[in-house]
Amino acid sequence: MSRDHATLLDVEALTVHHGQLCALDEVSFSVGAGETFAIIGANGAGKSTLLRALAGLHPPTSGRIVLDGEDITAVPTTERLARGLALVPEGRRLFPSLSVEENLRVGTHRARKGPFDIQRVYELFPWMVERRRQRAARLSGGEQQAVAIGRALVANPRILLLDELSLGLAPVVVQRIYGLLPELLSSGVTILLVEQDVSQAMRAASRVLCLLEGRTTLSGLAGELDRASIEAAYFGLHAESPERGGVAR
Amino acid sequence: MTWLNAILQGILLGGFYALFACGLSLLFGVMGIINLAHGDFAVIAGYVAVVLVPSTHLPMVWGFLVVVPIFALGGYLLQRTLFQTALSRGDPLTILLVTFGLSIITENALLQAFTANGQSINIGGIIADSINPNNVISISDVSLAVLIVAVVLLAGLQLMLSRTSMGRQIRAVADDREAAELVGIDHRHVFGIAAAIALATVALAGLASGMISEFAPTTGTSNLLFAFEAVVIGGIGSLWGTLVGGIVLGIAQQIGAQINPAYQILAGHVVFLAVLAFRSRGLFAVREAA
Amino acid sequence: MSAPSGLLPLDALDSRGSYRVRRSARPSGWLIPVALGVVVLLAFMPGIVSSGDTSLLINVFVLLTISTMWNLLAGYAGMVSIGQQAFIGLGAYAVVVGSINGMEPFTVIPIAAVVSALIAIPISLLVFRTKGGYFAIATWVVASAAQLVISSITSIGGGTGHPIPGLSSLSPSQFANISYWSALAVVVIALAISYLVLRSRLGLVLAAVRDDEDGARAAGARVVLARHAVFLVAALGCGAAGAVLAVSQLQVQPASAFSVQWSAEIIFVTLIGGMGTMEGPIIGTIIYFALQQNLAQHGAWYLIIVGAVAVAVAIWFPRGLWGTLTKRLRFEFFPVGYVVAPDKRVATRLRVPESAPETAVAGDR
Repeated sequence: MSRDHATLLDVEALTVHHGQLCALDEVSFSVGAGETFAIIGANGAGKSTLLRALAGLHPPTSGRIVLDGEDITAVPTTERLARGLALVPEGRRLFPSLSVEENLRVGTHRARKGPFDIQRVYELFPWMVERRRQRAARLSGGEQQAVAIGRALVANPRILLLDELSLGLAPVVVQRIYGLLPELLSSGVTILLVEQDVSQAMRAASRVLCLLEGRTTLSGLAGELDRASIEAAYFGLHAESPERGGVAR
Repeated sequence: MTWLNAILQGILLGGFYALFACGLSLLFGVMGIINLAHGDFAVIAGYVAVVLVPSTHLPMVWGFLVVVPIFALGGYLLQRTLFQTALSRGDPLTILLVTFGLSIITENALLQAFTANGQSINIGGIIADSINPNNVISISDVSLAVLIVAVVLLAGLQLMLSRTSMGRQIRAVADDREAAELVGIDHRHVFGIAAAIALATVALAGLASGMISEFAPTTGTSNLLFAFEAVVIGGIGSLWGTLVGGIVLGIAQQIGAQINPAYQILAGHVVFLAVLAFRSRGLFAVREAA
Repeated sequence: MSAPSGLLPLDALDSRGSYRVRRSARPSGWLIPVALGVVVLLAFMPGIVSSGDTSLLINVFVLLTISTMWNLLAGYAGMVSIGQQAFIGLGAYAVVVGSINGMEPFTVIPIAAVVSALIAIPISLLVFRTKGGYFAIATWVVASAAQLVISSITSIGGGTGHPIPGLSSLSPSQFANISYWSALAVVVIALAISYLVLRSRLGLVLAAVRDDEDGARAAGARVVLARHAVFLVAALGCGAAGAVLAVSQLQVQPASAFSVQWSAEIIFVTLIGGMGTMEGPIIGTIIYFALQQNLAQHGAWYLIIVGAVAVAVAIWFPRGLWGTLTKRLRFEFFPVGYVVAPDKRVATRLRVPESAPETAVAGDR
């Protein structure tokens, strides 16, 4: 694994349960400052659970989460934001009865100092200016996704967690949103994204990690992974069949 | 002219209902709490005033200045301890059972302390003062004051909710608690603030109730039903709706009473059920019903 | 034991593992003999205990009946009503109307139950326009409105109530025994209906509605019909209970028959015992009357303790006492739930899909 960047986020043997069921099993990886890291995997692989655990919404059973050298495993969600970790959750989760601008303003509640403010978000998405007084519930899916990203950006995170950006959006809208990532990177934001669309993830990310049934099946530089090994890791073919894994347990 | 008087009396009564329902509307709209002890809390405020004010020989208004902040603080603490624990269980029935238990405890503790006899807050001769434009219409000064307090309070709260940072935070946690955590809002503190505001308004309602009419340990429950009706008629999530809901209910009751005194409460129920039948989310609903 | 095919949306679960669907607890084979034994024992009670005790037991049976009905409504169908006293009162007043018109009061009890259920039809059409908290308040308002309407009819006593005529042919002890047996019959039928409903297809639909209304609707469950059906069943049971109460007390007063206090007792009993379990209301009713018998002489203090117990149970035993116990022991006297568990014959670890963290399909609460 190449280490061009200083490590910003370190995940060590993270295990998460839903009730008695193991959703994540000793997942470890680290994300360097300034890189784009993608987590891929089929439905139910544990990707969203991983991001939710990183954001503090789902307490892990064991393992550690370290942000820039500080152990944040027991730190509450609101405090993680203040320390520079922001999650854009699956399904956008805007506040539907608040206007576009109000959604952005609540995002500044625990903001760190940095390049992003509401004005800067309006520059990224000029259409928002005219529609800032509109209720968020009335926006289209793509517009809501943009506001959700903006709401996370105004807190000036060091690392931005993006959960299934493309879910339910038209391909052209997805392209436009992914087109933003280089600009965010150049502002110094590190990006950790979860994506079901593998080719999209491979285009956007510098490094990729593949989850299958809560365990890491593959990780490496996006450019160096061949299609066959990704497919094998994604679907659990070859050596990693679920039956074998179960028996081994 | 008697009908006009009935409508005017209904508006005045509606002001009282709106004042009473305001805290209920907040708790229901923000936390999804159906507070079955709401009416009993108001009765406590009445008793606090009855006990406190004569012993201090202060004018009544000073009593208000003491009772309302005590209730606000009590509301914050209640939310941060008992209600928050109940909410964290994740089942709406838990909080229902908790407020139900509090209601039983409150009523019976008051019975134990003050007997079942009716009490009222003595404010002297003002209670009899009224505006009489002709010999049919009579507007009680105190009832008018309650209506004005209700309107000012609801307008102020609505303004707070729509304009201030705390107001935005309250609306955000009401919409989506988890997403609020993600933008750095500690929903427990925000809930505590909302409960503090709610309990402060409950105290005002209890004091108003004690001035307008008699109260006893068990009067809380009947007022609670009217407050619920006002909230639902207006629609959850809208304080203006609560004001309109209270006034609609008040007018319906007074017109019912004008037809036959026995129909006063029934007329309110009929209007409530009609609103449910035709606009099941209330007149001014902002959000999906809790 | 496997469930009848086609009932459970098993496809929704991760299909990579292998699953079995079975009843959520070991079936108790001795259920029917034990239940029959208890009923027979209770039937002979009037010969064993004093009349004061039988009239106490009538109250126990009435509260258990209405709590079992509420449990069906709230615990299984997720509809929290604060207005079941509407049907208690209507059942009681059906007895008044029947006996005024020369009918034998005891024979009116089944008719009263049916009348309550019939009146529940238009009421359900109205209150079913709401859900959640609105539903709770709407049912309360309906009950209050029913009380006010009944109170305004002077021919059945208006606000002061009405005695039940037509019982002079029975001796006091005959009357007490028949009252007792009526109450026993009603509670046994209520429990049996509740058990059968929950073991039926309707029970599964109800549990599906409670756990995920949209999902159940999408799965094609006849949700609306199921909810109406359970609302009518609950009205039927509460009507019968109200009728028994009216007959045994020989009089009806609107303020007590339609009192919201009924809902308070129902909620207390069911949640203390454990909502969503058949046994919950039984345990809760026993606890309620045990508290009452031992503490009632302390007046208000007794109710303060009741309130404190409600708060404590809600916070520390959210499943109720029975629910907490069965969770520990994995035992149910009335096995009415289902669970999906990994089939141990195939050694596969179960991975839960992120969208469905709960694997309990029905009744496991």
